[in-house]
Amino acid sequence: MNLPFLPAHTLHKLLKKKEISVREIVTALFDRIEKVESKIKAFLYLDKEGALKQADEWDRRIAQGDKLGSLTGIPIAIKDIICIRKIETTCASRILKGFVPPYSATVIRKLSRAGMIIIGKTNLDEFAMGSSTENSAFQTTRNPWDLETIPGGSSGGSTAAVAAGEVTLALGSDTGGSIRQPASLCGVVGLKPTYGRVSRYGLIAFASSLDQIGPITRDVRDCTSLLQIISGPDKMDSTCLNCPVPDYSQALIPHLKNMRIGLPREYLISGIEKEVRERIMEAVEILKDLGAQVEEISLPHTPYAVATYYLIATAEASSNLARYDGVGYGHRTPEKTRLIEMYKKSRQEGFGNEVKRRIMLGTYVLSKGYYEDYYGRAQRVRTLIRQDFDLAFEKVEAIVTPTSPSVAFRVGEKTDDPLQMYLSDIFTISANLAGIAGISLPCGLGRDNLPVGLQILGKPLSEPTILRVAYAYEQATRWTEKLTLPQELSDDRVSK
Amino acid sequence: MKKRIEQEEVRYIAHLARLQLSKEEEIKFARQLGKILEYVEKLKEVDVSDTAPTFHVLPLFNVWRKDKTGVSLSQEDALSNAPAKRRGHFQVPRVI
Repeated sequence: MNLPFLPAHTLHKLLKKKEISVREIVTALFDRIEKVESKIKAFLYLDKEGALKQADEWDRRIAQGDKLGSLTGIPIAIKDIICIRKIETTCASRILKGFVPPYSATVIRKLSRAGMIIIGKTNLDEFAMGSSTENSAFQTTRNPWDLETIPGGSSGGSTAAVAAGEVTLALGSDTGGSIRQPASLCGVVGLKPTYGRVSRYGLIAFASSLDQIGPITRDVRDCTSLLQIISGPDKMDSTCLNCPVPDYSQALIPHLKNMRIGLPREYLISGIEKEVRERIMEAVEILKDLGAQVEEISLPHTPYAVATYYLIATAEASSNLARYDGVGYGHRTPEKTRLIEMYKKSRQEGFGNEVKRRIMLGTYVLSKGYYEDYYGRAQRVRTLIRQDFDLAFEKVEAIVTPTSPSVAFRVGEKTDDPLQMYLSDIFTISANLAGIAGISLPCGLGRDNLPVGLQILGKPLSEPTILRVAYAYEQATRWTEKLTLPQELSDDRVSK
Repeated sequence: MKKRIEQEEVRYIAHLARLQLSKEEEIKFARQLGKILEYVEKLKEVDVSDTAPTFHVLPLFNVWRKDKTGVSLSQEDALSNAPAKRRGHFQVPRVI
């Protein structure tokens, strides 16, 4: 039995039958981490001792006959932008080095209540700004499929850790694709919930009108279970939707009879790799075989999504990141200066390149004389992008697209050209602007045998619909089970 | 349209953003921001004259709670990450 690569629902069955203990699961993961982490560099913080302590506590409670929830005793890794009380949270930024939050995010409290074992914090692009995890101030995470390539980003530490068998589940955050794009590039499942479905309390803010926390998992069933646990209203986040959470497991139906699915013509045009397009078209055939009616639709404002996003996200970021002033927490320059210079020097020393670039762009587009031309216009185009989806969802229940126009690119390939890097989010960004739900799951291999992701989008609160499409597709293809890492990292992967 | 940002403008924006950029950064950001702004010029193609802005995707207005004292951070916790503190306060450099 190869515990590091088993999905949570399989581990749950084994725990239930008392064939394994939580301690055995945790130990197996840390053995795996010891073996591969020096190559992958997914984690910024690991807590073996704490994890084993939690494991023993749950083993004791299970032995006493405590009820075993679907994810009780299952290990999880947390993107290091989500606060955990008394555990350093850095956002992969020097400005927050040493910051120890005095409170935990709502999602963390929910995970603990569900009996999940938090094993560590994962790497990201600084403040979640990036698409490759190369903007981390501390380390570059590698894609387990090819160590010369990036894992995607910004939740690249979380997706690489799951893909490499270092952890069973992970949480990420998605502002413009930061869960779905790295999930796609690492061959795992990642879901961005509807804006407001999951509490943002304790998620360190990047762009508040776009950010959402979501699950990163080995398969769709695990994604469903983890979403179930983290969703729901929260009085600590007034933008969190005050509506009941359905039983997502009801959505796991292995066929798509009477389902209407749209294929946006704007998503299959220029700039997309040949193999990516082929995998998506093959996936469409499978969706048809499963009973879905697939029709071409149009989202005419798609070509404006990236520009709209980079104006809105940077404007919000420049305002959110104003709080790092070297006073309440975070880095303060050691130089003796007056107040304003202290702010400027602390921020200069603490922030990395991409963060400064985005603060600059955001400040520029909000500044006097430019506001209406840039930020104001972007807000209006955002309305048009939303309306495209509203119209499309009158005709179809779900939309399928590639998650990323390419498979994982090489380390360093796009670091000197911010615009090229931004364009790698071209298919994921619209969902954040419109506030809708989206999932990415593996749909085969593309160029250089690297994973390709299929993105499924649905209207607000349609998580059951997109999970159903994803599940039916996964059951029909079994990609999530069939994909195995290259030899270098799969030595100890045996058949299940 | 070619979009140019002068170094002087970069310095002014950096001041607004409270960033002390180095000379090299000023040159680099002038070039890169110019390129990005050139790209976003394409939004000018879109007719937005009859379109209202979206500030937020949710149909949310004011969310109220009862005006009652709840649990909050202790003074000690609130100060626990302060780079400098004194007698229960955050300490900053001299202002005047």
